[in-house]
Amino acid sequence: MANNMMLKVPVREQDPLVRAKNFDEVCLGYNKEEAEAEALRCLNCKNPRCVQGCPVSIDIPGFIQKVKESDVAGAYAVISQSSALPAICGRVCPQESQCEGQCVRGIKGEAVAIGKLERYVADTAREMGIRPTPPSVKNGKKVAVIGSGPSGLTCAGDLARMGYDVTIFEALHKAGGVLVYGIPEFRLPKEAVVEKEIENVKALGVKIETDVVIGKSAKVDELMKEEGFDAVFIGSGAGLPRFMRIPGEQALGVFSANEYLTRSNLMGAFSPASRTPIMHARKAVVVGGGNVAMDAARTALRLGAEVHIVYRRGEEELPARKEEVHHAKEEGIIFDLLTNPVEIHADENGWVSGITCIRMGLGEPDESGRRRPVAIEGSEFDIECDCVIMALGTSPNPLIASTTSGLDVNRRGCIIADETTGASSKEGVFAGGDAVTGAATVILAMGAGKAAAKGIDEWLSGKDA
Amino acid sequence: MFKIEKKEYLASNIVLMDVQAPRIARNALPGQFLIVRADQDGERVPLTICDYDAEKGTVQIVFQIVGAESYRMAQMEEGDCFADFVGPLGRPSDLCELPLEELQAMKLCFIAGGVGTAPVYAQLKWLHDHGVTADCIQGARTKDILILEDEMAAVSNLFVCTDDGSYGINGNVCVALQKLYDEGRRYDRVIAIGPMIMMKFVCQLTKELHIPTIVSMNPIMVDGTGMCGACRLMVGGEVKFACVDGPEFDGHLVDFAQAMQRMRLYKTEEGRLYLEAQEGETHHGGCGTCG
Repeated sequence: MANNMMLKVPVREQDPLVRAKNFDEVCLGYNKEEAEAEALRCLNCKNPRCVQGCPVSIDIPGFIQKVKESDVAGAYAVISQSSALPAICGRVCPQESQCEGQCVRGIKGEAVAIGKLERYVADTAREMGIRPTPPSVKNGKKVAVIGSGPSGLTCAGDLARMGYDVTIFEALHKAGGVLVYGIPEFRLPKEAVVEKEIENVKALGVKIETDVVIGKSAKVDELMKEEGFDAVFIGSGAGLPRFMRIPGEQALGVFSANEYLTRSNLMGAFSPASRTPIMHARKAVVVGGGNVAMDAARTALRLGAEVHIVYRRGEEELPARKEEVHHAKEEGIIFDLLTNPVEIHADENGWVSGITCIRMGLGEPDESGRRRPVAIEGSEFDIECDCVIMALGTSPNPLIASTTSGLDVNRRGCIIADETTGASSKEGVFAGGDAVTGAATVILAMGAGKAAAKGIDEWLSGKDA
Repeated sequence: MFKIEKKEYLASNIVLMDVQAPRIARNALPGQFLIVRADQDGERVPLTICDYDAEKGTVQIVFQIVGAESYRMAQMEEGDCFADFVGPLGRPSDLCELPLEELQAMKLCFIAGGVGTAPVYAQLKWLHDHGVTADCIQGARTKDILILEDEMAAVSNLFVCTDDGSYGINGNVCVALQKLYDEGRRYDRVIAIGPMIMMKFVCQLTKELHIPTIVSMNPIMVDGTGMCGACRLMVGGEVKFACVDGPEFDGHLVDFAQAMQRMRLYKTEEGRLYLEAQEGETHHGGCGTCG
């Protein structure tokens, strides 16, 4: 019996006033009844457009069908054919512009809550103790994966399933890449979700060596020549922060979002148990409008600050997921849109005391298709604050490219790789994720990791033939 | 992993350790640093590399007990393991890239202050292995805290100075450098590694003496791979990241006033944690931030 409700089954969330003071997960997810009621809204289309909207082509109607039948193990098996990280994707994918954006139920009413259902399946499967099984036959070939973020984990998981002997090298002390250092606990719990998904990848036979900075602790050429790896996948992400190059950026209390979030997420500085310090600001200005800006703003809020988001374009242009913007507003973050920083001021001790901004108008569309922000002359005004967090996007780290012979990058420092196979300019070396595209999303990186796993398998199989 | 093979106190608050870290030992070059984390709740602490032995797979570190984290590290004993030990990070000294003949023709003067002696030792030893014996001024506040003197003397022309005149030349490293200069010694380059205040004053002097000067910066860092930007400093009017663009820079271009100011960022929090670590259950105020 189909559910003809126009609207999604609402998902339970922590009350905004309560959650603004803790780091527990905001969204509580569906229970069995809610999930099955929502699953019944899926029309099981003959030509499912949602699948086309998914970068890893999950059989969405297929797994939702299993949810309708109360068969969570079956639903998990369907998703696992395409994705190694469903509990993560269910939480952080921009569903509104992917699967759910294509859903026919969305034409009149709301799309099926595919993301929430995916999360339900993954979380329930985990609680039931369902783990992926390693392949019975190994093919004896070794692949090195650089970086343990979404692209690396996906590539490694897929290759391990095919029988490859895979080792992931991670520069930081914890595996997970941006899932661990970037995305906060209240949006993606580390112990309960990320670590468990990584354990699932390990259960497939993937080895993870942390504290290895490829390009420094070992070079790509050494991995291939001395350590016996037949192929290498580079999924090192886009970790270099950008600054605005405005006066005052060196003042005490100005942070890159990367630093602020790394301290809180990777080092656990939000908790008194951690020995890593983090600034508990009184009033923080976060510059930028993407997911990272929302994450930094909501972290500062939870650490006790009044928080303003300063973004040079308008509400429509905010690149963050709609749900994050909505949550941020509910929690009391103040949005100063069409506003751009001009200068940061410091007091006599060098600490941030305020920021001068200028109002912006929207002009003609630029190369990104969004209307170009133009400064309105004479509209400068000051915001008094003691902390400024720059969330302006990130670029790929040049460490690997600069230490690997024959690996070509474009003018933005992104590794040049074939879209369908992930092959780079260097034989046996493949790449994908933000290291290739520049900062993008978890799911796009996973898609690239998946494509590269296939590309690596084809290349290595071809070598034998 | 990352087992402490040897531990020795060089002075009452300065510790030397040999740590098992084969990947770093194999790839390290003078000028580079590493990041260590004592345990699962620890901070990531950048440390300079004093020595490395690729065959044994060990790396030598020397650190001074200055805060909560280094205090905890000093509590670790031989046989204990660091949770994390990452590197080698940063760019090697550009001396390593010079053609040998050019290097051997250069007149170099190293200036080592405090625990800055450790990374200077790594450079002097590398040069000595390549047939270059450089001059070195090693400074300490007083004789008791002078470290690695015999080791330094074995690989350089060593001049020791103490601020209080208790040993060697009477005066700080600038006094000693001026003295060598007045005696007619001329240098193509000075490499100064030590407390920021020392490097700042050395640079002021070498600017007057027209000697190109390299300094090694050790600002606040988190990841040490270019990711956080905490270690940013102004060099010649440009923003540089000490972890990936450095740690060595042209000392005459570094904005020391700003770099020293940025070091204060977490000072109160560090101090509070240090007192807590030292005083444990007996900590009841006095750090300035708790009741």
